[in-house]
Amino acid sequence: MRVRIALAEKGIKYEYKDEDLRNKSPLLLQMNPVHKKIPVLIHNGKPICESLIAVQYIDEIWNDKAPLLPSDAYQRAHARFWADYVDKKLYDYGRKIWTTKGEEQEAAKKEFLDCLKVLEGELGDKLYFGGDNLGFVDVVLIPFYSWFSVYEALGNFSTEAESPKFIAWAKRCLEIESVAKSLPDQHKVHDFVMLMRKKFGLD
Amino acid sequence: MADPEVVMFNFWASPFGTRVRIALAEKGIKYEYKEEDLKNKSPLVLQMNPVHQKVPVLTHNGKPVCESLVIVEYIDEVWKDKSPLLPSEPYQRAQSRFWADYVDKKFHEVARKVGTSKGEEQETAKKELFDCLKLLEAELGDKPHFGGDNIGFVDVALIPFYDWVYACEKCAHFNIETECPKFTAWAKRCMQNESVANSLPDQHKVYDLVMLTRKKYGLD
Repeated sequence: MRVRIALAEKGIKYEYKDEDLRNKSPLLLQMNPVHKKIPVLIHNGKPICESLIAVQYIDEIWNDKAPLLPSDAYQRAHARFWADYVDKKLYDYGRKIWTTKGEEQEAAKKEFLDCLKVLEGELGDKLYFGGDNLGFVDVVLIPFYSWFSVYEALGNFSTEAESPKFIAWAKRCLEIESVAKSLPDQHKVHDFVMLMRKKFGLD
Repeated sequence: MADPEVVMFNFWASPFGTRVRIALAEKGIKYEYKEEDLKNKSPLVLQMNPVHQKVPVLTHNGKPVCESLVIVEYIDEVWKDKSPLLPSEPYQRAQSRFWADYVDKKFHEVARKVGTSKGEEQETAKKELFDCLKLLEAELGDKPHFGGDNIGFVDVALIPFYDWVYACEKCAHFNIETECPKFTAWAKRCMQNESVANSLPDQHKVYDLVMLTRKKYGLD
């Protein structure tokens, strides 16, 4: 989704290929032999793997429109740090909320909510992490919003009650066309997760 | 005379810290070095890296940069007139970032497992380590360094782990030169680079630290 938002922000037309994760296409496996994962961006036949790397690549190649990373080196380092934080912390704890239960899930929920507060602290009074416009960290973080109804249902909490600033930021992002068009429907994500949980005997 | 603008907080054995040291050396940057006791971190480090509370941390004009690969890219961008570490071409840059990320996501974890396990678990980790190294050897190909003729971003990301490979060899009983000769040849070439040779901690000291830690956790 991060890559989709970046492509949309830059107004790039592209061919989209959906993958069945249980039956990955030979082309995908050929384009990402190391990790065998999506997303993979192919530009002029050459693959770019790992979402943060693909988004940076898009930002560098199509640098005439909607810059995602700041031009100042320190601000750029700052943006990369927070994107890395989202990947290292938020993603893992979010994943644990929907793939575990009981005490393990409770612990993950607490860590997850702590992460949101740290991110709220970083956002401060800015409209977006990127300032007045969507930036690298916004693109990296907003896709998780599609999963929030799942986290809330399984973790039994309300993000709006716990982190209202975060929700306000997410809603601002969703008003942006490239974000709104790129995010999957929250309900579809919810149904998918419930199916997976049943399959793994968690419900 | 150290440039008071640049300060590095580190733990001597950290391969992540070594990355930053190599980058600073390659660029010829003078800086103040502050060694941290990981069991008793200084208030300044905790203030500079409140999120992760880890080293290495680089401060430049008082402003902190954290996470080793983020720091190395920052150094490369600010001091861009000398020894470029990342390629100028975007696709090549993406490839460099991919392989540095691979070192962090896969190689580092596997090497860590070899050093902190025993028996069957260690044997499995050892096999995974060789698989990682062979993949890296394939990526290296016939180039003298991942960066080409000179050391680049991926070389800087990976070479600090060579010290730890020595420790792994000893506690998991293998010979890296036999298993992965190309990797060993690459590492030796890197060690001929002055910035690398001056930045890597002593292999034997790292080994002693690993053995001490293993004893502490009842692994030996």
